[in-house]
Amino acid sequence: MKDVRLMKGNEAIAEGAIRAGCDGYFGYPITPQSEVLEYLMANKTKERTGMIVLQAESEVASIHMVYGGAAAGKRVMTSSSSPGISLMQEGISFMAGTELPCLLLNVVRGGPGLGTIQPSQADYFQAVKGGGHGDYKMIVLAPASVQEMYDFAKLGFDLAFKHRIQVMVLSDGAIGQMMEKVELDDERPRWTDEEIVKMHTWAATGKTKNRERNIITSLDLNPVKQEIINRKLQAKFRKIEETEVRFETIQCEDAEYLFVAYGSSARVCQKAVQLGRAKGIKVGLLRPITLFPFPYKEVKRLAKQVKGIQCIEMSAGQMIEDVRLGVEGIVGVEHYGRLGGIIPAPDEVLNVLEQNFIKAKIYERTH
Amino acid sequence: MSAPTREDICQLENEVYSRTTLLTPAPLSYCPGCGHGTAHRLIMEVVEEMNLQADTIGVAPVGCSVLAYDFMDIDMQQAAHGRAPAVATGIKRLYPNKFVFTYQGDGDLAAIGTGETIHACNRGENITIFFVNNGIYGMTGGQMAPTTLPNMKTSTSPFGRDVETMGYPLKITELIANLPGTYFVSRQSVHTAANVRKAKKAIEKAIQYQKLKKGLCFVEIVSNCNSGWKMTPLDSNKWMEENMFPFYPLGDIKVPK
Ligand SMILES: Cc1ncc(C[n+]2csc(CCOP(=O)(O)OP(=O)(O)O)c2C)c(N)n1
Ligand code: SF4
Repeated sequence: MKDVRLMKGNEAIAEGAIRAGCDGYFGYPITPQSEVLEYLMANKTKERTGMIVLQAESEVASIHMVYGGAAAGKRVMTSSSSPGISLMQEGISFMAGTELPCLLLNVVRGGPGLGTIQPSQADYFQAVKGGGHGDYKMIVLAPASVQEMYDFAKLGFDLAFKHRIQVMVLSDGAIGQMMEKVELDDERPRWTDEEIVKMHTWAATGKTKNRERNIITSLDLNPVKQEIINRKLQAKFRKIEETEVRFETIQCEDAEYLFVAYGSSARVCQKAVQLGRAKGIKVGLLRPITLFPFPYKEVKRLAKQVKGIQCIEMSAGQMIEDVRLGVEGIVGVEHYGRLGGIIPAPDEVLNVLEQNFIKAKIYERTH
Repeated sequence: MSAPTREDICQLENEVYSRTTLLTPAPLSYCPGCGHGTAHRLIMEVVEEMNLQADTIGVAPVGCSVLAYDFMDIDMQQAAHGRAPAVATGIKRLYPNKFVFTYQGDGDLAAIGTGETIHACNRGENITIFFVNNGIYGMTGGQMAPTTLPNMKTSTSPFGRDVETMGYPLKITELIANLPGTYFVSRQSVHTAANVRKAKKAIEKAIQYQKLKKGLCFVEIVSNCNSGWKMTPLDSNKWMEENMFPFYPLGDIKVPK
């Protein structure tokens, strides 16, 4: 029989991590994601699977503990919310420079500064455009349900090790806190130390006679060599752009108007599509699931089909820049967002789309 | 009898000392006379003597010893400035039976990394910290460190450290020795043969004790920075004895009961 439970988003990703064979979690409490650490502690993971859970003294320490564990080839993760993720940027940049796999969760709250504890999507730029120093990208997954919070733990670890890259689950306070039905799969065993030595030949696990030393460093004082390292990194990001794009389309086949939204905003838009269809408006939704790599091609394909694109974000407009890059000026693109921790309502966003593209008709295509 | 030739002397039966095999052939990047090189050698000698190479993971800091991994023939990870104790925590928690150590300077350990240092000590992480205290930021060109002595001149305290405005030197080793999570805490130096022998004993203990899983082992090495102090190596050692040792007295600070 299927194991189905009612869970909070934050609990679901914690359970997902345990079942995905996670070896270590290092984190520091912050609303609205403290349930991750609380759930792991309450679940006695050490006894259950051997997974180590440690409350660190800060997010700075957490991310560097992750850096240490990842360098030794283990499946490690941390979670936080916006101010804490800002503190982690140093460690994320070091992991980018050393190509270490890890899973990061940002349950985004409103900013800037201490902001609010309510849900927000204002950390898109930080996650997608490289929040720390240097030229790097992370794979960014945007869950829109509690089920996806659960699923993205395993998917995140698998992508992280496949590409030796940091994977960030970019969630928000609403997805983290809300309760939904989750279908759980079987527990996947953690890797043994022997398996790690065999599989991750790059990991610093202690130099044995039969191999060269493994050095995990992002430093090369020789600029010529550093450029080669950077080019290699870029080549990896290009490959990820080609192979790992994920998105969902809802009622796009005959759509004349399109919402583009991720995460909580996509949930709102999904309802708005229903409301619009009931009114006879042919509207669809494109939901990017990977924010890096962004589904530029799908955006462009749909841009050729529709009369207007309405982006909905709980921010002042961040993802819209990527949408516009994909649209290449083919059709009008408008932003609508709520700030400071407010989630827009479905009729509100439908009304905006109607105002912008149907009533005003300013973006009607001429050809 | 004629004087013995070099070939006569360089015979295996005459060997009294050899370089540890756990130092790589790479020439050390340290200034001549700097204590970092000797500290590296001692640690690697002990790792070799205890046959720990395959079980050792070292964490290098940001500072002059950032390239420690070029010289120590073991698996190593380079940490961000001050974060080595957190990195080592991550490794050790996941590999409780490996020998995990950090090697850090005073700016790294006692300024930017104070939080990571104190909390790793206080949690009683079963790691070993080697702390090279030269009272200055060597790598960046001789700026004031948390351990710079009162009135000591550095490039950012050109008229001497004024404790009224720049604060007092931090005796972090005494501080962490007070925490229940530390098991063995010792302060040594490596500027004379006798001190090298004592320092090696302390390093041996700090490595040996990690196996007991009774808490963090910490060895401070008070060292010179002749470049940063703007002295010859000999003068810097003399200055160290006269000025650093009275403030940072050598010897064991916390030993197991
Ligand atoms: C985040 C960050 N801040 C500052 C620096 C610049 N920096 C490099 S080494 C160093 C000080 C090192 O001094 P110490 O730890 O005493 O080691 P030493 O070089 O004396 O051995 C500083 C400030 C850096 N690399 N990273
Ligand atoms: S600058 Fe100072 S600490 Fe650095 S290598 Fe030279 S003498 Fe040693």
